[in-house]
Amino acid sequence: MRDELLALIEKNSRMGLDELAVLLGVNETEVAEELVKLEQEGIICGYHTLINWDKTSIEKVTALIEVKVTPQRGQGFDRIAERIYNYPEVKSVYLISGGYDLLVTLEEKTLKEIASFVSDKLSTLDSVLSTATHFILKKYKDHGTVFDKKREDEREIITP
Amino acid sequence: MTKPLSEAVESLKPSGIRKFFDLVSEMKDAISLGVGEPDFDTPWHIRDEGIFALEKGKTFYTSNAGLKELREEICNYLKRRQGITYNPAKEVLVTVGGSEAIDIGLRALVNPGDEVIIPQPSYVSYEPCAVLAGAKPVIIDLKAENEFRLTADELKAVISDKTKVLILPFPNNPTGAIMERKDLEDIAKIIIENDIYVMSDEIYAELTYKGEHVSIASLDGMKERTILINGFSKAYAMTGWRLGYACAPENIIKQMTKIHQFAIMCAPTTSQYAAVEALKNGDDDVKMMKTAYNQRRRFLINAFKEMNLECFEPFGAFYVFPCIKEFKMTSEEFATRFLEEEKVAVVPGNAFGASGEGFVRISYAYSLENLKLAIERLKCFIGKLRSR
Repeated sequence: MRDELLALIEKNSRMGLDELAVLLGVNETEVAEELVKLEQEGIICGYHTLINWDKTSIEKVTALIEVKVTPQRGQGFDRIAERIYNYPEVKSVYLISGGYDLLVTLEEKTLKEIASFVSDKLSTLDSVLSTATHFILKKYKDHGTVFDKKREDEREIITP
Repeated sequence: MTKPLSEAVESLKPSGIRKFFDLVSEMKDAISLGVGEPDFDTPWHIRDEGIFALEKGKTFYTSNAGLKELREEICNYLKRRQGITYNPAKEVLVTVGGSEAIDIGLRALVNPGDEVIIPQPSYVSYEPCAVLAGAKPVIIDLKAENEFRLTADELKAVISDKTKVLILPFPNNPTGAIMERKDLEDIAKIIIENDIYVMSDEIYAELTYKGEHVSIASLDGMKERTILINGFSKAYAMTGWRLGYACAPENIIKQMTKIHQFAIMCAPTTSQYAAVEALKNGDDDVKMMKTAYNQRRRFLINAFKEMNLECFEPFGAFYVFPCIKEFKMTSEEFATRFLEEEKVAVVPGNAFGASGEGFVRISYAYSLENLKLAIERLKCFIGKLRSR
């Protein structure tokens, strides 16, 4: 049940216990207990909402920043990653294999704020060697969901 | 011209619910629960392989029996999933959908006057194909109390010295019924005793929600008398690609290939390349779709229970087949009024044979959101009928 439950609520975290129980063919108590376990084990870390901010009047600029760093003795990349993710404007930090080390997602209201974060806060960190900032122009698909795509059902209404 | 057209073809009844179909096609804003095909797109990697085949200029005929590589993959698949061994060179024929295999399979087996046993409710083409092949269809009316499975007694009761073929349509469209191993073993005994051929239409095999699908061809003494039909439409959401296959003993495939060669030449080449990819790398897609169907199936069964609508729990395909006899109207009346009053389209059970009367087929090849909306309307409709 665990895998199927996770797949369901990853897509829709608003499904009620009653509905989940029906879809999974178990009873509500079992679902509730499993959810508690998943939270305790740190497998479920939060329940978010996927928002297409472009459709709101709220201004948001998102940047992906590639960061090259020198790993620190004894702590590898963890220490510098922590320095970066502690900024609330940083939305995500991933350690990446390949040409650079950390991929940082940054969300601000204006381009200027992003620029100042990179030049004042990020680049000045001792172990940061270089950065490359990419601005996101349009989100087509996020978390497996395609934005702005409504497709008609093209099938015949009735087929045998 | 005044000369008459083919009597055999003219004698075929147009689908008994033509009137209902015509009505539905005029209702553009209706919610439909009426389709017999998956709502999923063909998985992208499979489509991509089709596109790649076109890019490379693979636009010629294949051999009549189908691409060698595809036949080999079909055999690997049947070995892996059903434990049946077929020889890709001699016992497999790639067809234009499972429907072509039904047609040419029957034509290869029967002589005029032979009897073909057809359990109903079932898919609409068995009976006309049997008639066109010159056979006499013998109908078994499957029963709701048996969960629409075929029982040994029902089979015994219709066997005569003219019986040639039994059509075995499980997992079943429209009832969603399945045949488990013990059900198959019961009828296999009778089939062997009476030396009958079996045409086993297993197009919904992957959509089995109780245990794993068992093919009758995997039972002792059955492979030599069985035409196993399967295809890509339902399992891989590939209806529009028109691709299926038949596996049978060499002598039968040889005759079927002759008809296929003269009537069709070969199945669409692009589709065949895509199908190779489906069989090689599509297991996860099938699993994903099956999981989604199963959730919807549970949702519907639970909803029927809540509204006290009589329905046996089906474990196959993507249909539920609730009983509407309590409302004292025919399936067609029920479906027509449901369509007119609530704008939801379901298929009257009698479209699939007289024994489907008193039932309607509801397809769950729709998103949960869609099903929820339709079920709300069904609740409302049934409430109205009951309060009268």
